[in-house]
Amino acid sequence: MKIVVQDLNKCFLERRHSIRFLGQCPPGTECRVLKDLNFCIEPGSFTCFIGPSGCGKSTLMRIIAGFDSASSGKVLIDGEECSAPSSRHVFVFQEDGLFPWLTVWQNVAIGARHIHDHEERAEQIMEYIDLVGLAGFEGHYPHQLSGGMRRRAEVARALIVEPDILFMDEPFGALDFVTRLQMREEMVNVHTMFDMTILFITHDIDEALQLGDQVIVFSDRPSTVKADIKLDFPHPRDLGAEPLARIRREVYYLMGLHPAL
Amino acid sequence: MCLPAGFIWGGVMRPVKSLLGFALFLALWYGARKLLDVPVYMLPGPSDVARALKEMAESGQLFESAVASLYRVTWGFYLAVAVSVPLGLVMGRIRWVSDIVNPVIQFLRPISPLAWIPIALMWFGIGDKPAVFLIFLSAFFPMVVFTVSGVAGIRETYLRVADNFGLRGLDLYMKVILPAAMPEIVVGLRITLGTAWLVIVAAEMIAVKSGLGYLIIDARNSLRMDKVVAGMLIIGVIGLVLDHLIRLLERLPWVEWSTRRQ
Repeated sequence: MKIVVQDLNKCFLERRHSIRFLGQCPPGTECRVLKDLNFCIEPGSFTCFIGPSGCGKSTLMRIIAGFDSASSGKVLIDGEECSAPSSRHVFVFQEDGLFPWLTVWQNVAIGARHIHDHEERAEQIMEYIDLVGLAGFEGHYPHQLSGGMRRRAEVARALIVEPDILFMDEPFGALDFVTRLQMREEMVNVHTMFDMTILFITHDIDEALQLGDQVIVFSDRPSTVKADIKLDFPHPRDLGAEPLARIRREVYYLMGLHPAL
Repeated sequence: MCLPAGFIWGGVMRPVKSLLGFALFLALWYGARKLLDVPVYMLPGPSDVARALKEMAESGQLFESAVASLYRVTWGFYLAVAVSVPLGLVMGRIRWVSDIVNPVIQFLRPISPLAWIPIALMWFGIGDKPAVFLIFLSAFFPMVVFTVSGVAGIRETYLRVADNFGLRGLDLYMKVILPAAMPEIVVGLRITLGTAWLVIVAAEMIAVKSGLGYLIIDARNSLRMDKVVAGMLIIGVIGLVLDHLIRLLERLPWVEWSTRRQ
């Protein structure tokens, strides 16, 4: 197993004194976000986390990456308990994370600092820019690119690190529908090309079912694992066909939604 | 050809409109003097000033004074930027440095650089040095404040990304913190250069015997009001040019992003 999460709990001490929040968590008390989480992730798999917003998916991801600590329980990566962030774990955040003062090439170069040979580095950078379909745009600044292209550049910057685990926190949330679909396709390609474990947070049930080898559905706060679904289907996946259509319906029901409107 | 009215009125016509503003200003100046019959020693007319400008330009006095003033401003300004920007970057990032240094800076900042003139003269004697020192003071404090606020305003995401990619130390400062704070620093440079230009003229009236400030005081002492106004005009023109030059920084590709942010 690549990642094992055992009896993980996370509580925040409620410090806000605003009346607005009093109903939810009175100040001074502990507000439990994650409750007794248990699941395993296989090496090289693509795992999607879905759940209602504010349920603690991002917090969980930050704990797994070592940016945050659990209140109790543990996270094992390759059998070892991790506590500090590692340069082998790369995040792609929800917000635009490209440095706007650097060109696409220079941004990708930020991820390539581990390559010491000058020529090899330049070659690799171009290769990854090409891989995400941005060849010809390497000299452009982020503000000169569309939202989808910026996301691609960010993915290239993450991939060039050759991460052990790639963490993606709703990376395509801000994109329009068509661009999202295109990015999904790219992610499927990226995952078949690279041998890395990908953790992917999304709100989009269809996105999770199309991308994931494993989909973990979380409940509302305090968050528990509602379902841990293995999806052993080849790509491309048609969500309209059985048995994926049945799974899709089930996930909708799990999240308290109706698949047909 | 059919051009939208906005293009003609807002685009092509803009420089024409600003020229129109200057023309009105001249007309008002000229007309008011004629109407109220103002003597030259109270306010010289545009033609008197033009004659004075020509006279001073031919004698080389104008050029010499402008160069002397610009020389001092340039030195004082560069020195101030070279010290204040790194200090501001460190203060913006390291809490305890800011806790120690900031109160002192806030205390010294409201003291007018001109109040330093006696001390500047005692320390540096006569010549360029006291003037450079005063410019340094006038630019240093605001630049620190601008840089600190630039660092404070850096988007959290950029710092998290930098952390994630393992950028540390000097790399972190050069690749992330300085460029991310740059838009605010450029605004600071622009405002500060304007202040420095204000201060140099005042400083030269008291502390030194050359430059545009001295030119004005010297002209007044010989009751040449036309030269006084001519000096004022030159100060205005150079201030305008300096502002335009420093605004070019905003167009640098790695500064431009802040104005183009979606």
